[in-house]
Amino acid sequence: MTDSKYFTTTKKGEIFELKAELNSDKKEKKKEAVKKVIASMTVGKDVSALFPDVVNCMQTDNLELKKLVYLYLMNYAKSQPDMAIMAVNTFVKDCEDPNPLIRALAVRTMGCIRVDKITEYLCEPLRKCLKDEDPYVRKTAAVCVAKLHDINAQLVEDQGFLDTLKDLISDSNPMVVANAVAALSEIAESHPNSNLLDLNPQSINKLLTALNECTEWGQIFILDCLANYTPRDDRESQSICERVTPRLSHANSAVVLSAVKVLMKFMEMLPKDLDYYGTLLKKLAPPLVTLLSAEPELQYVALRNINLIVQKRPEILKHEMKVFFVKYNDPIYVKLEKLDIMIRLASQANIAQVLAELKEYATEVDVDFVRKAVRAIGRCAIKVEQSAERCVSTLLDLIQTKVNYVVQEAIVVIKDIFRKYPNKYESVIATLCENLDSLDEPEARAAMIWIVGEYAERIDNADELLESFLEGFHDESTQVQLQLLTAIVKLFLKKPTETQELVQQVLSLATQDSDNPDLRDRGYIYWRLLSTDPVAAKEVVLAEKPLISEETDLIEPTLLEELICHIGTLASVYHKPPSAFVEGSRGVMHKRLPLGGDIGGSPAMGAGFGAAPAVMPASLNAPVGGGLGDLFDLGGGVGMPMGAYIPPKTVWLPAMKAKGLEISGTFARRAGVIQMELVLTNKAMSVMTDFAIQFNRNSFGLAPAGPLQVLTPLGPNQTIEVSLPLSTVGPVMKMDPLNNLQVAVKNNIDVFYFSCQYPISMLFVEDGKMERQVFLATWKDIPNDNESQFQIQDCHLNSEAASNKLQGSNIFTIAKRTVEGQDMLYMSIKLSNGIWVLAELKVQAGNPNYTISLKCRAPEVSQCVFQCYEAVLKN
Amino acid sequence: MIGGLFIYNHKGEVLISRVYRDDIGRNAVDAFRVNVIHARQQVRSPVTNIARTSFFHVKRSNIWLAAVTKQNVNAAMVFEFLYKMCDVMTAYFGKISEENIKNNFVLIYELLDEILDFGYPQNSETGALKTFITQTGIKSQSKEEQSQITSQVTGQIGWRREGIKYRRNELFLDVLESVNLLMSPQGQVLSAHVSGRVVMKSYLSGMPECKFGMNDKIVIDKQGKGGASEEAAGKSDLGGSGGGGGKQSIAIDDCTFHQCVRLSKFDAERSISFIPPDGECELMRYRTTKDIILPFRVIPLVREVGRTKLEVKVVIKSNFKPSLLAQKIEVRIPTPLNTSGVQVICMKGKAKYKASENAIVWKIKRMAGMKESQISAEIELLPTNDKKKWARPPISMNFEVPFAPSGLKVRYLKVFEPKLNYSDHDVIKWVRYIGRSGIYETRC
Repeated sequence: MTDSKYFTTTKKGEIFELKAELNSDKKEKKKEAVKKVIASMTVGKDVSALFPDVVNCMQTDNLELKKLVYLYLMNYAKSQPDMAIMAVNTFVKDCEDPNPLIRALAVRTMGCIRVDKITEYLCEPLRKCLKDEDPYVRKTAAVCVAKLHDINAQLVEDQGFLDTLKDLISDSNPMVVANAVAALSEIAESHPNSNLLDLNPQSINKLLTALNECTEWGQIFILDCLANYTPRDDRESQSICERVTPRLSHANSAVVLSAVKVLMKFMEMLPKDLDYYGTLLKKLAPPLVTLLSAEPELQYVALRNINLIVQKRPEILKHEMKVFFVKYNDPIYVKLEKLDIMIRLASQANIAQVLAELKEYATEVDVDFVRKAVRAIGRCAIKVEQSAERCVSTLLDLIQTKVNYVVQEAIVVIKDIFRKYPNKYESVIATLCENLDSLDEPEARAAMIWIVGEYAERIDNADELLESFLEGFHDESTQVQLQLLTAIVKLFLKKPTETQELVQQVLSLATQDSDNPDLRDRGYIYWRLLSTDPVAAKEVVLAEKPLISEETDLIEPTLLEELICHIGTLASVYHKPPSAFVEGSRGVMHKRLPLGGDIGGSPAMGAGFGAAPAVMPASLNAPVGGGLGDLFDLGGGVGMPMGAYIPPKTVWLPAMKAKGLEISGTFARRAGVIQMELVLTNKAMSVMTDFAIQFNRNSFGLAPAGPLQVLTPLGPNQTIEVSLPLSTVGPVMKMDPLNNLQVAVKNNIDVFYFSCQYPISMLFVEDGKMERQVFLATWKDIPNDNESQFQIQDCHLNSEAASNKLQGSNIFTIAKRTVEGQDMLYMSIKLSNGIWVLAELKVQAGNPNYTISLKCRAPEVSQCVFQCYEAVLKN
Repeated sequence: MIGGLFIYNHKGEVLISRVYRDDIGRNAVDAFRVNVIHARQQVRSPVTNIARTSFFHVKRSNIWLAAVTKQNVNAAMVFEFLYKMCDVMTAYFGKISEENIKNNFVLIYELLDEILDFGYPQNSETGALKTFITQTGIKSQSKEEQSQITSQVTGQIGWRREGIKYRRNELFLDVLESVNLLMSPQGQVLSAHVSGRVVMKSYLSGMPECKFGMNDKIVIDKQGKGGASEEAAGKSDLGGSGGGGGKQSIAIDDCTFHQCVRLSKFDAERSISFIPPDGECELMRYRTTKDIILPFRVIPLVREVGRTKLEVKVVIKSNFKPSLLAQKIEVRIPTPLNTSGVQVICMKGKAKYKASENAIVWKIKRMAGMKESQISAEIELLPTNDKKKWARPPISMNFEVPFAPSGLKVRYLKVFEPKLNYSDHDVIKWVRYIGRSGIYETRC
């Protein structure tokens, strides 16, 4: 039987002919006609005009014909909704057919027809099929719920299908379980906050049981779902890992990668000194290596993932360097990825082998690959100090080949080697200078110019060399122009007598004849420096340079963590979070690794704040603050402890300054977590997406503990409230005023900067209550010079109310004394960075003015602390 | 999940187009053609993102298979699925070619409907599919058959149906290994590994429980400690002929199994037990890197005589038992692009310069172990001003040897079928070892 003839009919009256054939009495002829229709549909011809005729063929006992008609319906029903209704009856009837294959076929197809009127009729048959006696029908119905949800989410919820779907997780048939898990996972993605996939130890146990029994694809669905679970403790984590590890021997690479994802994630929770932790690390390497013997496309996916795994846990593959050696016949995409991983694994132990390989690669034919290999040699030199000398001589050998792009690439990396190891390899400069003429790429030219400028005193004809570049100054790219400007200024500072003319020339070229603002600004700055204070100019231009880092191209840690949670998926292939390439809110939820098991580890890694506040240390004294409203209601209350003071929101960034983005906000401390509460308003005409936030270094090391959770794009005139948990482990720099915070917010339009001031009370920690004895001793111990006094005016609280109110903000009253009708309150405060502040508050009945004395080893904070007192007491 | 699946011919014409998700528009078909198939530059990645739509593609001869999605799907799964799709199509109608696809397009649509639902891969075992999707339309089934089909498609043992009967219970095991080598010109092994497969063809009645044993170091060491030699009996009837000699056990770096093997049992006891699919299946794949028997050693000598002449001498040495014969030996010596003429002298076999492949191809039909052979060639070069040096691709080799270069030996394969009256002894078993060259290269 050959079907290819259906592809060849291209006559003009085709549609009419087909119409006639479709209405023929002969079954065979009908079938032939439908086949022709499908063939035309495939090659992109519009055969929607035949809709009624095709639908007429639907009522048949011939399953093959039925399938063909269904295929047609799925394609065209949307364009002919009214006519599609004609098919409903047959569908409903088929859902009752004694043959389970037909029942499943009907419910499967019905779900694919995206016509509202039809979906209404789908509900009853679907309900029946979800409880069908035949597992084949049930597994098909499970997927159908996901289809229906995609068309009409509300309907699915109203009809209670989600609960039925949840029940299917306990089905006796493993394939039904797997499909139910897949459907639920997908639905849950569009409801990030719903508790749809209520994963608990019992349901996890069910999934793990089904894992052993279902098809390879089902295993993938289940493993991907498991990866979203956060185990309660390290014990549970270990037991899940133990049951997942056998999957590492599966023949299907996707099963293996998904298992690796679960293990990589749950490993975070295991204490590092546990024997099992070491065993698990050892078990991970062989399957990862095996992935490299799969087909090239899968190798590519595996390599992109290994690249992430190597960055997160270099110990796993550190002995496996050889398997990443490039094979002559590897496709180019595999070669490039292998090269990346080789550099990441390069160490003193294996550098000789790596270098030998890289040298080999540098003589290959593919230009991109060769360039990358040359660059890799440079990166090895920077990474492994012992190898630097050999790398440099290898690079020199390569320069001798005179292959243009090899030379250029080599010069770019040699520049970095000079930076990393100053005064060591400058002897090669002469060789580099010989190749000046062959450089035609901006990056290489810029690198060479930098070298000439930096080592001008060692190059006899530096002025001539630079002058030769100057001739075509305006044709150069900005990168080269900037380098040239700086290099000539350097040269002038080193050899002022001979190069006066040259520097004049470049300064005027940069400032007068250029419209590039960066170039002009730099030119003016140099000009001014040189003309007013040559000594200062020297200090600025010839300043000592900071060292360059060993590892380049490292993925930023928070992103890396997120990508580890997405092992095996497209995100891990692109090395981008899903939000960067998935439209809408679907699947954009940011995933985080669970909190590490070893508390002494790096606190910055425990980025589970947003997702799981339960892991934060529970507050000891302070009550848990509720919503904003609650707090204000309690504002006047007396005699009971209350939440921390939260200043009202202020506008930090007006829309005028930020291309339509207005940001207002405040700070709060809730249950021991510092929150930055932001209100983002889009006052522009276009949609804003891809929000991100960063802080400049600040006095108390505040830093975002997670990414800015703006899940949906922000439409025009839309407002969104987000709260961003903050940690206090970021880089520290003293600010003026002390509580100043400089913030950068990025979106798809631009990056915006603003600064705001946070109430220092946010940093008062819950365990700030000092022992009386300690208080007394400390008070005495701090020199009197550190004491500062302030007046708080117009405060009408009695001492007890004041003390209660302050305690809400973690200012603890330790003792109270009454002297001559005057209440003396002694209080202690502890800041998140461990600084203690001691206070003495004098309250006189009937006098609205309080006096406060603050003593602290770091007296700078006193002013801020006083402001807090004032704010807390008066609100 | 997968949003759609397209199959194109080499010109980029659509042969099959099946869309599963609403977010994939008709223009996606064209986007892939324009940006990948008709792209001026060679494709740099098997995953392409065009306008927020991701395309995964594989190529089989000159046919393109592309899966499309707009979501963050499991990429490894998509490729595994595409390979599986190719396997299924091959099992149904042979080679994947434009003609075969056009001839079977209705069948392909039917298969695609069955193995991918809303973009989620479903059961794709050919054995199960063939019970209800056939090339000649659908079989009509009795009620029992129907429920048997559905329970098989969804069941725990989806790869085998009940009630299989053979008069003669027979099984064939093939240990197929490909040995890979990268050697430096000085004869230093840069990397070497064996990737092997155990392929099983079984014609067994009922639902037989099988247990497979090999000389895995971990198992042997464990048994050695216990002093038990329960499997010793099985060794005599299955022990194969080793190439390099008396290695007792081998260290397996890693292995993966067909889905019929109970992985948790392997993980816990390292025993390989399963109910096999009927007919042929790839039971296991493995990889070893230690103590590999390298069947051949290539010793290259390339000398540049002036700017227009190269002298090449290559010696190959066979390194296995003299009683064994290697077959289909082929040595491929690359020549520069500006070669104008070649003179070859070889002691054994035939050698030819193939200008179209830029290589001297030396073929030897058979060669016994512990022998040596040599070829020398003079290559005349045209003078060029090409600055770029000749990259000197490695000398590669192909061969086939009748032993497993990893040293793997099958110790036993036991069959139990409690319900039927045949025992392990009644099953006729055959084992064969074939070692082939994978990428077997020596740099020169």
